[in-house]
Amino acid sequence: MSLPASSTSAASAGEQLRELQERIHLLQGRRNREATYALLPAFSPLLPYGLRAGAVYSLEAPLSVAMALLAGPSAQGHWCGVTGIPDFGTEAAAGFGISLERTVLVPDPGERWLVTVSALADVLPLLLVRPPALASAGHASRLSSRLRERGCTLLILGPWPQAEGILSVEASRWEGLGDGHGHLRSHRVDLAWSQRGKRRKVMVDLATLHADPTQAGGLTQPGGVTQPGGAGLLGARP
Amino acid sequence: MPVRAVPVGASALPRALVVWFPDWPLVAAQLAGELGERVPAAVIDKGLVSVCSAEARAAGVVRGLRVREAQSRCPDLTAIRADPARDAREFDEVLAAVERDLPGVHVLRPGLCAWRARGAARFFGSEQEAGGTALEAVAKLGLEARVGVADSVFAAEQAARRASELAALFVVPAGGSRDFLAPLPIATLDDPRLASLLVRLGIRTLGAFAALPEAEIRSRFGPDGTLAHARASGLDPQAIVPRVPPTPLERATDFEPGLDRIDQIAFALRPLAEDFVEGLRRAGLACTELRVQIMDDAGRRSERCWGHPRQFGASDVLDRVRWQLQSGDETSGGRRGGRPATWRSTGDSLTAPVVQVRLLPERTDQIGLRGQALFGGVDERLDHGLRRLQSMLGHGSVLHPVSAGGRLLAERCLMVPWGEDAPPETSALAQRPWPGSLPAPLPTTVFAEPIPVELLDAEARPLRVDERGAAASPAWFRPGSGQDRRPVLGWAGPWPLRQRWWDPDDRRSVERYQVIDDHGEAWLLIGAEGQWWAEARYD
Repeated sequence: MSLPASSTSAASAGEQLRELQERIHLLQGRRNREATYALLPAFSPLLPYGLRAGAVYSLEAPLSVAMALLAGPSAQGHWCGVTGIPDFGTEAAAGFGISLERTVLVPDPGERWLVTVSALADVLPLLLVRPPALASAGHASRLSSRLRERGCTLLILGPWPQAEGILSVEASRWEGLGDGHGHLRSHRVDLAWSQRGKRRKVMVDLATLHADPTQAGGLTQPGGVTQPGGAGLLGARP
Repeated sequence: MPVRAVPVGASALPRALVVWFPDWPLVAAQLAGELGERVPAAVIDKGLVSVCSAEARAAGVVRGLRVREAQSRCPDLTAIRADPARDAREFDEVLAAVERDLPGVHVLRPGLCAWRARGAARFFGSEQEAGGTALEAVAKLGLEARVGVADSVFAAEQAARRASELAALFVVPAGGSRDFLAPLPIATLDDPRLASLLVRLGIRTLGAFAALPEAEIRSRFGPDGTLAHARASGLDPQAIVPRVPPTPLERATDFEPGLDRIDQIAFALRPLAEDFVEGLRRAGLACTELRVQIMDDAGRRSERCWGHPRQFGASDVLDRVRWQLQSGDETSGGRRGGRPATWRSTGDSLTAPVVQVRLLPERTDQIGLRGQALFGGVDERLDHGLRRLQSMLGHGSVLHPVSAGGRLLAERCLMVPWGEDAPPETSALAQRPWPGSLPAPLPTTVFAEPIPVELLDAEARPLRVDERGAAASPAWFRPGSGQDRRPVLGWAGPWPLRQRWWDPDDRRSVERYQVIDDHGEAWLLIGAEGQWWAEARYD
């Protein structure tokens, strides 16, 4: 009887502690230092604290993984921008839980994609970008300092010179389609998160996220933590 | 016969001067450039002819005829839809011109307006002179009108209708309106229910109706009947309220000689745009929808409506003009699909020099409701940033998705430029059930233009689906022409997609397949008669 009560109070105390820390950071002028965008529960084994504001993440993964990552913050009322993806399936995005009212698309910025990204970073908290070319290290560092200043999180579909972490897909399986019958029902992907030499893995069924974004889609527990020892806490933070 | 005590003395009678434009809806359509001169034409309202031209009348078309009947009597009849907004818009310009000579107009309806005759008669010397002035002012515009002067608005309107083309002015002497109206048929009252009842009671003229005692009319026919009785007696209670001439909010400028560079036009337009916004501000209005009309010296007219989430400032107006010039250039240059325009510098030359630009406020709102928040909220900043990006990349580059209805995946999502509203029927279309739509999960990559692919059966022939939906099982799949063919590991289909067989433009009869190839990629294919396209990819 007392156990759940004490555990909830401990959780709320931790929550309060974090809120207070954020306020201290804010007062000290280190704006958005600790702000994060919470993800769907399915991604908690990989990124327990969500996406850090002002960071760049590189996704070597299909578009559906990127949509599932954006779905959490978008459902909480954050605006999202999508650039350089003319084939963005907005209906699937809405299925993941991305709110279309708070989505801005710049499908084809062409050569001026870096200018577009930095202009969007001024006003939007989350950006998903498929760069037409690899940015040079100089451009990348200038962009990331701007992102840090604005607190805008950038998800890059493809490689990026100074990414904070890389999310890659190790295997992907579609199920439900037979030989002339059925239809695609489940899409299991093995996701691997690597950040500064640490590596964590999880298997997610993206199709269940699509149907019901609130439920935890993680099928297996993160047994594949290759580097034991508190990676859960330290991994998501710089 | 109890005669009502009419105040005697010509000075006490409220004289009215009415100007009537015969067949105004047709004249308005001609002025708007929708109709040529001297053609048999009819304005159709709810499937019936409501107004027809003299040429059509000569061929036997009359008011109240059904469209098909009218067309059978006059095969080259031009039928145009009734549009009250067009009638009012064109009438406004005519009024503004007539008002310069004869101020204090009261608009009864488009094509019919009234003045208080006394002031005009005193100024011009007589009622005849005043009516002549009105006719001259109209004739200067190249239009035809009839003028009637009588004791009441109703009587003056009837007098104007009795005037002929040769004698376009009809003055009923003061106090003579009752006698003038007496022989007219009861249908003139324009109240079909009352008219039919009165005719059945044996009352066929306005004079006979006016002879009935007013108290009896009131107890039998109520307030509407009393009003009709007063009209028939030449005592129309309708007062003439002179309108306050509206301050013109639209702005236009002419370039002489024409300008052919977008940056020149934008530079020359800046004072005009500032004047336009300032004029609206003085009227206490904020423009939320703007219509830009651009004329070039080849005689082409480009016209477009632009929306704005808050209100147009001078630089927003200039942006819209610039985008319209750019997009006009593009449509003449080549294909333009739903894809956004590539960014182009403002120094592009146009196909023909522009000679006139007009800015018209299409929709306005009170400025108090559109003010900026004292502390700029997030939305304000967001909107400002996106509009800045839009003026850099082009209007159609920054988009906002809205779900819409449809069967193909690309149709189901509408991309609306930032700041514009989606078409009003979009959300209703999206709410419809759309039977046969795809089961979840939906593909994340939806190609705007389907990609040609190959779907082959076991003998490597293109897969064909016969009209009963039977087909061989697909065995090979080639995504694009230059690539190797891949074995199909799983498939489902054909899922038929048939729509609008009666509509030659929108008709579609295709089959859908879901396919997984050996790379683990899942595709959604559509095809007909051996031709296959990838509509979307699941990834």
